[in-house]
Amino acid sequence: MHLDVAGHETYAYTGARPLVATQPTVVFVHGAAHDHSVWALQSRYFAHHGRNVLAIDLPGHGKSAGMPLPDIAAIAAWLVDLLDAAGVARAAFVGHSMGALACLEMAAAHAARVDKLALLGPSVPMPVSDALLAAARNDDHIAFELINAWSHSVPRQLGGNPVPGQWLTGVSLRLLERSRPGVLHADLAACHGYADGLAAASRVRCPTLVVMGERDLMAPARNAQALIQSLADVRTVTVRGAGHALMTEAPDAVLDALRAFL
Amino acid sequence: MTTAKTHRFDTLSLHAGAAPDPATGARATPIYQSTSFVFPDSDHAAALFNMERAGYVYSRLANPTVAVFEERIAALEGGVGAIATASGQAALHLAIVTLLGAGQDIVASRSLYGGSHNLLDYTLPRFGIETTFVDPRDLAAWEAAIRPETRLLFGETLGNPGLEVLDIPRVASLAHAHGLPLLVDSTFTTPWLVRPFEHGADLVLHSATKFLSGHGVVIGGAIVDGGTFRWDDGAARAKFPTLNAPYHGFHDMVFSEESTTAAFLLRARREGIRDFGACMAPFTAFQILQGMETLPLRMARHVANARVIANFLATHAFVASVGYPDLPDHPDHELAKRLLPRGCGAVFSFTIKGTRAQGRKLIESLTLFSHLANVGDAKSLVIHPASTTHFRMSAADLERAGIGEGTLRLSIGLEDPDDLIDDLSRALHVAAKATP
Repeated sequence: MHLDVAGHETYAYTGARPLVATQPTVVFVHGAAHDHSVWALQSRYFAHHGRNVLAIDLPGHGKSAGMPLPDIAAIAAWLVDLLDAAGVARAAFVGHSMGALACLEMAAAHAARVDKLALLGPSVPMPVSDALLAAARNDDHIAFELINAWSHSVPRQLGGNPVPGQWLTGVSLRLLERSRPGVLHADLAACHGYADGLAAASRVRCPTLVVMGERDLMAPARNAQALIQSLADVRTVTVRGAGHALMTEAPDAVLDALRAFL
Repeated sequence: MTTAKTHRFDTLSLHAGAAPDPATGARATPIYQSTSFVFPDSDHAAALFNMERAGYVYSRLANPTVAVFEERIAALEGGVGAIATASGQAALHLAIVTLLGAGQDIVASRSLYGGSHNLLDYTLPRFGIETTFVDPRDLAAWEAAIRPETRLLFGETLGNPGLEVLDIPRVASLAHAHGLPLLVDSTFTTPWLVRPFEHGADLVLHSATKFLSGHGVVIGGAIVDGGTFRWDDGAARAKFPTLNAPYHGFHDMVFSEESTTAAFLLRARREGIRDFGACMAPFTAFQILQGMETLPLRMARHVANARVIANFLATHAFVASVGYPDLPDHPDHELAKRLLPRGCGAVFSFTIKGTRAQGRKLIESLTLFSHLANVGDAKSLVIHPASTTHFRMSAADLERAGIGEGTLRLSIGLEDPDDLIDDLSRALHVAAKATP
């Protein structure tokens, strides 16, 4: 569906289902230079199992208009605008990587709008190397290649995609390549500049799930430990063998974790 | 800046898509010879059917052995995925019916494999899909043939049998300027010689029967999606309702919303493979995978041998011409050097200074070259296109395609090239002495 959010046309995947006022809503928020399609299997499951789903393309990403938002707080504020535009009072928020930071900030700053929080592949803080930031600033293809390589566990880089017939790293690289000029840099800079993550985590009161990839090179599980310690009501799942792109590397394990939590 | 550590072509040829079997540890890819797969529970079954979980249901739709082949060819081509089919013909059909319906048309190179020409020129018009054939070298002809109803441009990396080199970058640019995808048949070249996506192609098809397998024991094909074509952007959006409008045959799924990069593959699998059913058997996939493991080694030898044989024929007194882009007198020699730096494959034609009868005598005098209708075997092959693969083409069409009465097509194998030259020398001598 297309929504007008803060004056910009915004795309949200709903599983081809209309929003039903009596159903709970789950908002899926993608990571840097990604779009709604990274949640394809999980979002479709919930859309067909009694939930409203809003798997959004953030401003400037995928099918959504506008420019990428400058920082994590701005993305969190935009998520409030999204709920208003969709006529949704409260929702569960599921975020990956940069999207996890945005959902974390959302739950801290706008607690009344968040029922539950699921953070996938989070790292708090989430520093990005100067070299990668520079490559992204120049829209250098090497930035996509590096992120693609670091986002997948080494075994998955040779294949064995759970989705038959799709070359996982090929799908991921093409998705990154589709991002508009400057988007990757804006997103990485937002991640790099988010200094308030642990303070935000200490303010979160809703139940929170942290899902980590055992072989995550981008946001190693150890980088989530301070976050986990700061959350009041937290449970964790480590997906065996998965890298940072755990929704596509291990879609069933992620779905099962979300089903048990949401 | 560091470089991304990714696996290279030769490694992917051996490993892409495969891993030691999680159930048994088997190192070779197991043959999952099973029509269907047990569901853990009813909810899981429903989720598999509704694309909420990944996995296997029924081997017409997907099979674990076949999926390894699909991933491997996608990895080697640099695409986002592939669908294995019962043959190369089935791959071409699947690509077309996924995108086109009655009243829409294709612009295609006129230098095509005879089977492809049959499908486009004789069979698909019965279903309302017309094709305009153009000289693959004439970009103006490609453009002039594009109509509002056009939905696809199609050519072969190396035309059949004249080996016209398709100028993929220019034809792709033309296609994209009109909001259309370019489909390329790369059977003759394989990804070892050229990766069409890197030059702008959007879809690549293979007859895996040929060089990908190399052993000549199975029939199979694949359609590979580059994931680059923006089906839902601008002029393309209205042209491709199969990808952009709700599909009532699958819960009103809009494929371009479901997958940003692999919408074509989703529709092709959820409709084309499901309904037309031209799937690949797991044992076939297993055999193709055995061939693909040695693809880089074989292709290097194929090309080296082909160069030797082409140069031998080019200087033979009874040979009028050799159509091989590696040779400086081929019209596409310079283009081939740019697009095919590793070589121009191992299939080419030559024309003798003789009659059809002498051509027949030549074929019947060969001993190492097998007279049959195939290419890309490890063994060397020969055929007379005018009387076999292209027999239903008119004399004028044959001439336009560069096929004469005395034209023979060779597929150079992996034998010692000196033995192949001995075989050809002997047969050429007999043919030259034969009654015209």
